[in-house]
Amino acid sequence: MSTTWQPVCPLDALVPDRGAAALVTGPGGEPAQVALFRLSSGDLHAVGHRDPFSGANVIARGLVGSAGEVPVVISPLHKQAFDLRSGAALDDPEVSLGTWDVRVVDGQVEVRAR
Amino acid sequence: MSKRTLAVVGAGMVAHRLVEALVERGATTEWDIEVFGEESRPPYDRVALTSFFTLRDPDELLLGDRGLWRTTGVRLHRSSPVDAIDPAAGTLTTHGRRVRYDAAVLATGSSATVPPVRGADAEGCFVYRTVDDVAELRAWVNERSGRAGGRPARGVVVGGGLLGLEAAGALTQLGAETTVVELSDRLMPLQVDAGGGEALRRLVEELEVRVLTGTASTEVVTGRNGRVKALRTDGPTLDTDVVVFATGVRPRDELARAAGLEVHERGGVLADEACRTSAEGVYVIGEAAHVAGRTWGLVGPGYAMAEVVADRLLGGDARFEGADPSTKLKLLGVDVASFGDAFGRTDGSLEVVYSDPVAGLYKKLVMSDDASELLGGVLIGDASAYTSLRPMVGRPLGVDPTAWLLPDGVEPPGSGDLPDDAVVCSCNNVAAGQIRSAVCDAGCTDLAGVKACSRAGTSCGSCVPLVKRLMDAELEAAGVTIDRGLCEHFSVTRAELYEIVRITGLTRFSEIIGRHGTGHGCDICRPVVASILASLGRGHVLDDENAALQDTNDHVMANLQKDGTYSVVPRIPGGEITPDGLIAIGEVARAFGLYTKITGGQRIDLFGARIEQLPQIWERLVDAGFESGHAYGKALRTVKSCVGSTWCRYGVQDSVGLAIALELRYRGLRSPHKIKLGVSGCARECAEARSKDIGVIASEKGWNLYVGGNGGFTPRHAQLFAEDLTTEELVRTIDRILQYYVRTADRLQRTAPWLEEVGIEHVREVVLEDSLGIGAELDAMMARHVEGYEDEWAATLRDPAKLAVFASYVNAPGTADPDLAYLEERGQRRPAGPVLVAGPSIPVGKP
Repeated sequence: MSTTWQPVCPLDALVPDRGAAALVTGPGGEPAQVALFRLSSGDLHAVGHRDPFSGANVIARGLVGSAGEVPVVISPLHKQAFDLRSGAALDDPEVSLGTWDVRVVDGQVEVRAR
Repeated sequence: MSKRTLAVVGAGMVAHRLVEALVERGATTEWDIEVFGEESRPPYDRVALTSFFTLRDPDELLLGDRGLWRTTGVRLHRSSPVDAIDPAAGTLTTHGRRVRYDAAVLATGSSATVPPVRGADAEGCFVYRTVDDVAELRAWVNERSGRAGGRPARGVVVGGGLLGLEAAGALTQLGAETTVVELSDRLMPLQVDAGGGEALRRLVEELEVRVLTGTASTEVVTGRNGRVKALRTDGPTLDTDVVVFATGVRPRDELARAAGLEVHERGGVLADEACRTSAEGVYVIGEAAHVAGRTWGLVGPGYAMAEVVADRLLGGDARFEGADPSTKLKLLGVDVASFGDAFGRTDGSLEVVYSDPVAGLYKKLVMSDDASELLGGVLIGDASAYTSLRPMVGRPLGVDPTAWLLPDGVEPPGSGDLPDDAVVCSCNNVAAGQIRSAVCDAGCTDLAGVKACSRAGTSCGSCVPLVKRLMDAELEAAGVTIDRGLCEHFSVTRAELYEIVRITGLTRFSEIIGRHGTGHGCDICRPVVASILASLGRGHVLDDENAALQDTNDHVMANLQKDGTYSVVPRIPGGEITPDGLIAIGEVARAFGLYTKITGGQRIDLFGARIEQLPQIWERLVDAGFESGHAYGKALRTVKSCVGSTWCRYGVQDSVGLAIALELRYRGLRSPHKIKLGVSGCARECAEARSKDIGVIASEKGWNLYVGGNGGFTPRHAQLFAEDLTTEELVRTIDRILQYYVRTADRLQRTAPWLEEVGIEHVREVVLEDSLGIGAELDAMMARHVEGYEDEWAATLRDPAKLAVFASYVNAPGTADPDLAYLEERGQRRPAGPVLVAGPSIPVGKP
């Protein structure tokens, strides 16, 4: 049931190039937090909100940008960059935010655990 | 082989350099180094003696790394004058004790000479040579000022040379009405010609120092108490409380004479090019030495001799063949430089002179007979060309010499064609080639590295701009692109980007990166653009697209902590707060369960505020009259103050009032890094203003301004920028310094490294003399800032559209992060994890 699509918010609620956190349900039915990013390019990404380096739920408050061709979010705590597409930390690919499927249906953003 | 003993007689600057050179070269495996100094202090910077008045703490004058004297194999014996030396026996005597040596180095320096003037030993007569001399002079003048019943103390300096003008500067700093009496027809007769002396006189007189040249001092008149009352000359008789003799120095060669060493008839221990005296195993260095045909009264040649002896002691064959006697100084705030053949003594030499008595400028270049080669010169009033010109002595100048002299002359040629053997740093005798080699052979890539490796620029620092140009040119030639670009998205520096944004008037990040950068930006360039836009007064930090540029701290106007909550710091200008204000903050903290702590900047930090609580917390703080403290921003933080004349029995000025005025003036100013100010109400400096970017210390006559201090990882003391300013002058000076810093500094560059890079002299010229003609523009920018300021928290609360950023979750805006957990410690709550894995636990209370 938790791997079904979960509606989160209207697309308009997401400010371009800024993140937003959402409370959702994880794949095992547990509470989970997701960080949504709507880029100015139009791409939409959903990754875990928890910073794996510090354990704090802050990723949605990081700045977005690019490293070469890679779209990234930068943790606001200690500035590690993560690939928004894979969730992996650029300097330590073993560490990942985790990613969620994301889509827009009738102007509503929906996420689904992978 | 057992170690040999080296005795160094004297512990001045040159002795210090000798020991430093020996230790660096590993000589302590062969030699035990015993240094005997008569003063109670370790070696200090005698050249900077006058700064003793502004330093207050003589220890700041100490040379080099104090660790040198803790090196195994090195011993410094303070307060241990050497009374005799016996070269035949290889022993010396100090405090009646005989010390055996295998080699000895005389570094006894010189002493101030007192001319044969009757009464010159009266109470109130001084010389100007050691820290103790200066301290006694200060005590005497302060005591006389106190007794004179309101009138300033009066002082006379006998001697108008370099040392005399230094002493005159010292007396004026002490508030004494000062007269300089010089026997010769001009000031600084050894360094400058008649024209230069005249320009110098005018500049010095402008500083209210009276100058009598061509005047012989004949007698010190004393009062009934035996103290100085007046100085009689062959001109007027001068009433005075103090006489300072600065008529010259004499090499201290008494020890050598008594030991039968050969000395020159006019003083100085005779030595060959290896600095060896006539006695086996005894060397002489510094001002005590007569070597290469003369004595040398400057520290640069002394250092060169120290290096020669260090090399010889280690079996080398270095030779001292003379040194560059060029000097550049600032005396009484006046630039004076003299280099090469300053008097045009070379046969057929030509002089090119530029003189502007109104502006107080005198510049002369001495050229070879065909006007192609530079032989020397004198610069008075503006010596900025000195650094570039001095290494060119003996070489073709390349351009028309007048270009160097006119105030708006051509841009001086670069350093690229400077020959390898041209001496760039004359204090430490470092040639251009050595600086190039520090880059291409030793691999130094920054100024600090080049300075450490070559020693260039480590003494007086006047050559640092040239060293930097040489380093940059060499790096570039080596194919190292000196990437000063901001980040991968912008190849320009922060200062360049600031200019671009200022001139183009762009206000949107997408336009700026689209036209002047690449990609989508990052955590470096986005906040920089936001800060530049804010510095230029282009709108609220949360407006439009630019909201996506702010790091979370600036975005939510609070400081992110390790658990994802924030801390809140209301502004408390000058650290002054009413009881009601304290209660209001306390009530907010209690209502929201915030941990409270007093900050170093005299305000209160409230920790543990969740993002969605920030607007409610600020609603109450704004209601109670508080505004944002900008603790989250690269911006003005605090103006720390002591209580000053408001309450303190020592305070001489209203430091709290000034601190509050300054804090209210600069609050909200965005800058390349945080800015902190401090104001102390007297010289006791309880506000620790000298550890701030801008420090203000009250003087009897106004305010002294210091720039470039900071605490943190690399603590720095601020440097004296200007003295005795009125409040109005002070504010305008700070306005311009801050605006110029905001405009030109690099990202995250605090004022100390900025000042080192651009040079404090340069900033003084820009700010005090408006050398770039941008003074009015800087003033206008600050006026615009002051006028345009509004509290960004109050503005945010007024605009419901801005409150969306404080939603904790887009689908549950007021819900607390369920993962936050707290535990209680010392009566307050703190984050429960992550816990300290290992660490000390310090028991308190009962044993």
